[in-house]
Amino acid sequence: MSEKIKFTIDGKECFAEPGQNILDAATDNGVYIPALCHMRGIKPAGSCRLCNVKIAGRLMTACTTPVEHGMDIENDIPEIQGLRLAIIEMLFVEGNHFCPACEKSGNCELQALAYRYQMMVPRFPYEFPVKEIDASSPKLIIDRNRCILCKRCIRSFTDENGKNIFAFKKRGHKLQINIDAKLSANLSDEMAQKAMDICPVGAIIRKEKGFDQPIGTRKYDKVPIGSDIKSVI
Amino acid sequence: MSKPIVATTSLAGCFGCHMSLLDIDERILKLIELVEFNKSPIDDIKKFTKQCDIGLIEGGCCNSENVHVLKDFRKHCKILISFGECALMGGLPALRNGIPIKECLDEAYLNGPTVVNSNPDKILPNDDEIPMMLDKVYPCHEIVKIDYYLPGCPPRADLIWEALVALITGNELKLPYEVVKFD
Repeated sequence: MSEKIKFTIDGKECFAEPGQNILDAATDNGVYIPALCHMRGIKPAGSCRLCNVKIAGRLMTACTTPVEHGMDIENDIPEIQGLRLAIIEMLFVEGNHFCPACEKSGNCELQALAYRYQMMVPRFPYEFPVKEIDASSPKLIIDRNRCILCKRCIRSFTDENGKNIFAFKKRGHKLQINIDAKLSANLSDEMAQKAMDICPVGAIIRKEKGFDQPIGTRKYDKVPIGSDIKSVI
Repeated sequence: MSKPIVATTSLAGCFGCHMSLLDIDERILKLIELVEFNKSPIDDIKKFTKQCDIGLIEGGCCNSENVHVLKDFRKHCKILISFGECALMGGLPALRNGIPIKECLDEAYLNGPTVVNSNPDKILPNDDEIPMMLDKVYPCHEIVKIDYYLPGCPPRADLIWEALVALITGNELKLPYEVVKFD
């Protein structure tokens, strides 16, 4: 058995497996670091920047940085929490996030983070970009108005035969998520649900289903995101 | 000290936020003790008769009349509060923001399934008396300065109540997690 790595987050003594990234290690130690693009078990992308922490005075993304011996990590400090709120607000204004009309509302991680960080209204002007909806797949709708380009679906979802059905198209400001309509037609209902659950927002939505959970019973109606994290060390 | 004066209005909204305001149930009797209402659909006073302390704005700005009323509120109210998603970000009316205004008008008055045969002269509303539609729907804080925001669709009655009482009494506002929601 390899020896555990000892480090601290905001002064709290924590332990990690060698090679483990800060985000997963923090979660194991019962410390919540917010993230939209990272999921445990897939290769970190560091694209949403929400998991930024401060190490030796520098901002680093916790998902892409491996823990090292004696690291002193700053996480819950006003500077970083302020940056995170700003990122959440930017995500709200750069897409078209109509929460009242969204199937994912109440189960949406972006919305839940806005609740956790007590965003009342974004400080930035709304962009109202024009985005296309792709409803060509018989199983799933791709609503790019809500997509935050976290790449979770591309990085982690394959169909029953191990084939990717999501991909990026175009570059820069025009970058968009795309679905293979033909391959996705063969998805089982369970797999379609899995694809919808992987998406942190409401960009991947199952067809012929939605608004089936009453308000008050959804994932983030009563408890803030991250409140289920408990130390397993 | 005289009672604080409250004014309310619904711009490009559905009156759902005002319904939620009424949803404070019997606390409305307490509210009447706490404040005096001026221009508001609740007491049907159409024009400001005096300077107010608090203005509650429901709905965003989709036409010139909304902008006029909003600026009038800014002039007459010391504190302006945006309440509801439409006032905060445009809400459902803002779904048209990605569609050119001409296409919207054509669909509504010329080509839509319910009007296609009923407007043979192809008239679009263009009377001076009718407010002009804006190029898109704007959140209130992009038109005038807004002091406080109460999100929700509608904002929960408890949120409106707690916020108003805190503002009037000067007590600290403590919001439980459940009351601040965007839907």
